[in-house]
Amino acid sequence: MDDFVLRALAAGCGIALVAGPLGSFVVWRRMAYFGDTLAHSALLGVALGFLLGVNPLIGVVGVCVALALALVGLQRRRALASDTVLGILSHSSLSLGLVAIAFLETLRVDLVAYLFGDILSVTTADLAWIYAGGAAALGGLLLLWRRLLAVTVDEDLARVEGMPVEALRLAFMLLIALVIAAAMKIVGILLITSLLIIPAAAARRFSRTPEAMAALASVFGIAAVLGGLLSSLNWDLPGGPSIVVAAAALFLASMMVPVANR
Amino acid sequence: MSIHHAAPHAVRSPVLSLAPPLIGTKGLTVRLGGRTILDRVDLEVRPGEIVTLIGPNGAGKTTLVRAVLGLVRASSGVVERRRSLRIGYMPQRLTVDATLPLTVRRFLALWRPVTEARITAALEEAGVSHLAASPVQTVSGGEMQRVLLARALLGDPELLVLDEPDQAVDVHGQAELFGRIETLRRTRGCGVLLVSHDLHTVMARTDRVLCLNGHVCCQGAPEDVRRHPEYRALFGGHADALAVYVHHHDHAHATDGAVVPGHDGDCCHG
Repeated sequence: MDDFVLRALAAGCGIALVAGPLGSFVVWRRMAYFGDTLAHSALLGVALGFLLGVNPLIGVVGVCVALALALVGLQRRRALASDTVLGILSHSSLSLGLVAIAFLETLRVDLVAYLFGDILSVTTADLAWIYAGGAAALGGLLLLWRRLLAVTVDEDLARVEGMPVEALRLAFMLLIALVIAAAMKIVGILLITSLLIIPAAAARRFSRTPEAMAALASVFGIAAVLGGLLSSLNWDLPGGPSIVVAAAALFLASMMVPVANR
Repeated sequence: MSIHHAAPHAVRSPVLSLAPPLIGTKGLTVRLGGRTILDRVDLEVRPGEIVTLIGPNGAGKTTLVRAVLGLVRASSGVVERRRSLRIGYMPQRLTVDATLPLTVRRFLALWRPVTEARITAALEEAGVSHLAASPVQTVSGGEMQRVLLARALLGDPELLVLDEPDQAVDVHGQAELFGRIETLRRTRGCGVLLVSHDLHTVMARTDRVLCLNGHVCCQGAPEDVRRHPEYRALFGGHADALAVYVHHHDHAHATDGAVVPGHDGDCCHG
């Protein structure tokens, strides 16, 4: 197998592994649209990264965190519904990113690669970033696992038990930002959320514990990456969308499988 | 007539009632969105004591409980807790998202590091051992109350706080639940702060009733009020307040018990 295929496999499987547990939380906490909003802002992070001369991934994490903080602030005011606020931030940050990149005349970026991913062009350096970011996200998630579950079940109860609910919520947003930065190259910012939620949604029916669902979501994610990548190579299809189509097919198939006593 | 005479079957031992309060509010005022929800409320709960909050809808019962729990900030006044007080909170209801696969046993393990044996014991104490392996979403309202009780017990609480535990439960379930709470108070000596809309069920098992309508209208021992007409005469305002409450504040009572219609629900000042 060619090197670039191996790198693509390694990158895709690494991301799918992290996306399983984190995506399960996105599903449990009903934060799919939130994830989408963060992902859309990533392009602005790329532009800022180039502008400041730092690695674009750092720019992405920075912008995602800033956006997450802005969201928390806006939601606290309750003047507008949550989904309205998300919609405003999501599309304006994506457009801002597109405008910023157009302004940076010296910067020649492959916009399609950022929007839809370019998994076959993953470099060894990319791979290092993906694994470093992914490991940090997974480690953080494991560390906070029980408390994040408690906060997901009921924030008031968690608060009465003395858990730092706001800090946990922010930490979770930071973890999503990390995964978005790491996964951008694989499926692109427009499709990242699907890699988080589709495998998790497919895993739900077969799971009786949160951990089982998280693990199974990882397995489904890896299967989707393998299936998508193979069909991409075979039929010369775009990598990112092929992976998402494979995930969607897996989800549909999971709906057909009968599950006992449910 | 002495007040002692009016408390012939007090459950509290003198030692317990002399113990310093677990929690207390002094002049607690909470304003939310320009509205005064709580107005200078003084409340105390001592170890081994069951205190019930009653009052019409919008009286601020839940807000008072949330302030005691630290979920709502006081606009003025203070909420004092005994140092490192362990509170077991039982919310009115709890809905877990259907996408989260969670058994009752696992639900109980989320809040602190606990052993499986302790979870089993808490499930038994709350009378819901048979639900251990059930998905938490399939549990009925009354069962969920008891699961939440088990959850509160796992924290080894010194103070149990229950927000309208009778809401999701039928009459039989209510009596059962209050029986359990009373047993807990006796065996563990914990204080209990209870919000209730159903005075009849709670009456017999409460040490002290606090009637709330933004401010504290009155407080007293409900069973004494009911059993001693002379006490009622002596503390007419208080006794009336309870009667008004039971009748949902759509009217008041004159001192002879006659109904006075059109009272606005400000129970102690009619």
